[in-house]
Amino acid sequence: MANVVHILVCAGIVPDPLQTLEPITGPNGPGLKNEMVLPAVLDPWAASALYEAASLAAKNPGSKVWLVSLGPKAKLQQVMMTVAQKVGFELVPIDGPIGGFPDAHSTAAALADAINAIPGLDKAKLLLFGGWESATRGAGVTLQLTGELLGITDQFQGVDQIDLRDDGSYEVLERVEGGKHQVSVCAGTPAVLGWATGNLAEPRNNPQVGMANMRTIMPALQKAKPATLAANGLRYVSVALPKQQRTTRVVKDLTPDQIAAELVEWIGAE
Amino acid sequence: MENLLVLTHVDETGSALTKASLEAVTAGRELAARLGAPLTIGIVAADAAAAAGVLASTGARLLAVSGEAFAQPRYTSDAAACEALCRAAAATIVLAPGSSRFARVAAGVAHRLGGFIDTHITAVGGTEAVEATRWFYRQRVEAVLSRDARPWFLLLDAGTHAAFSGEPAAASVEQIAVELPPLRTIVTGIHAPKQDAQTIRPDAKILLVAGAGWTKKQADGQIHAEEAGALILGFLRAASASLGSSKSLVDQRGEDQPVLPFLTHLNQIGQTGATPRHAKGLSTCCHGEEPHVVGWRFIADRRAISLDPNCGWTRGKADVVYIADAFQVMAKVNALLSAGAAK
Repeated sequence: MANVVHILVCAGIVPDPLQTLEPITGPNGPGLKNEMVLPAVLDPWAASALYEAASLAAKNPGSKVWLVSLGPKAKLQQVMMTVAQKVGFELVPIDGPIGGFPDAHSTAAALADAINAIPGLDKAKLLLFGGWESATRGAGVTLQLTGELLGITDQFQGVDQIDLRDDGSYEVLERVEGGKHQVSVCAGTPAVLGWATGNLAEPRNNPQVGMANMRTIMPALQKAKPATLAANGLRYVSVALPKQQRTTRVVKDLTPDQIAAELVEWIGAE
Repeated sequence: MENLLVLTHVDETGSALTKASLEAVTAGRELAARLGAPLTIGIVAADAAAAAGVLASTGARLLAVSGEAFAQPRYTSDAAACEALCRAAAATIVLAPGSSRFARVAAGVAHRLGGFIDTHITAVGGTEAVEATRWFYRQRVEAVLSRDARPWFLLLDAGTHAAFSGEPAAASVEQIAVELPPLRTIVTGIHAPKQDAQTIRPDAKILLVAGAGWTKKQADGQIHAEEAGALILGFLRAASASLGSSKSLVDQRGEDQPVLPFLTHLNQIGQTGATPRHAKGLSTCCHGEEPHVVGWRFIADRRAISLDPNCGWTRGKADVVYIADAFQVMAKVNALLSAGAAK
């Protein structure tokens, strides 16, 4: 018997990983140079959460997936043109600042407010998904804080797998130290799951899914509520690129035997 | 005046403090000494007696939440335990290891106490105020930050402080009572690869980084994935090394391309993977592009084997780059290491 679940995926947008980043300090605090024009993608771990959510919803008819995302409206629209072609979801956009430097507590509050305002969301059936860390702030706290604000006290982080059972309980695999997974069984929803990579490959683009999604995404973006993120006493003393540049010795003229001997000596040295 | 609390927990044995917890104790002692602030250490364990004994020589006030419910790392019980310890200590600054156990609950605890949290802290400094150093954008931008609001939770990255070591002695521990809500989650076990199949070894001295080149066509126009797997596993065994991988190599599993069967996403380092800390790192068959390189930012001594003498990402990131065929070199390395072990 299938279980109906309401899956909310919290996912930010981040600069494409191949972009060179340069921090700058502006009137509102630190940011990235040309941040608004850097190509952006959906946060990688949160994207895994979205694909897992879609897969779980497909296996449990009647279930629904929402994607809650905070960022500048124009940037969200740009990223959604691609993301919308992957899997079906309803977008809940929040028009707010981009980047990793705003305070996570304020971000969580904005997300919780938006989630609380979603019509038809049954919080008793809620699975709050997201990446266990973002590729911007990378703190791994926003999802937990959002869960606490929503009163959810079963939380899992570094999740690679969820198996929903007929009785509504589910087994979760969470990453723990040493390349292992902790296995837990939870009695039922609601719960928070911060995803690592999961087990699904990135879905291929499907223009039909894209067209269906865009019918609701564009009106949602037009109605996106603005959010101002308070600093909560967070003060940046310095923000800089790592300065350490190594003087690389390029070895071109050694045979494999000679290289191996040098490496073995290096490996054995204290 | 600040009031410091270090939160600690035991490992899977149920009695010994984790190395990361002992590192947090060192950080707490250093910060308390610098601020002239009182130090409290909180322990979460089924039975905290042995752990408390190890901490006796710190001279800190010791608090513990104990009982069978706290043997399992799970959100509901751990959050309640940490919240009770923080309230009992009336802490203004809370240091804790960034372990999977505390990373799961610390943000929630900070919220319950009306406090704030910053994680992945690599250094705690400052003269006038407490300042914490951490990375943003997956180890690509480094920032120093401070907060006026209290309590302030700081989750410390593993390997950033020496582990505390003291002579075990009898310790006076204050037990803190916790009223638990109904527990809906049960930890049923740990999935771990078999001992000889484990390729992730956080305590290894050397990290081998395998790139996608291992499963690409070689000089003879053929793919040698099986040979690549044997060479990599042979090196891990001979050098007691840990294995990291680039995202592209791990992703091949889902793309019907040749794969190394022992690689999983848990091996992935870099932009969407782990950032392991090891004394040495050897990168092989990697393009070395930035998202991958950030994964070994915390590797002290780095060498690489690459066929591309002009790889711009390797230069300035590695200490030594050997321009050679990794298949040939690693076969020789394994032979030498095996011969050395046989002597």
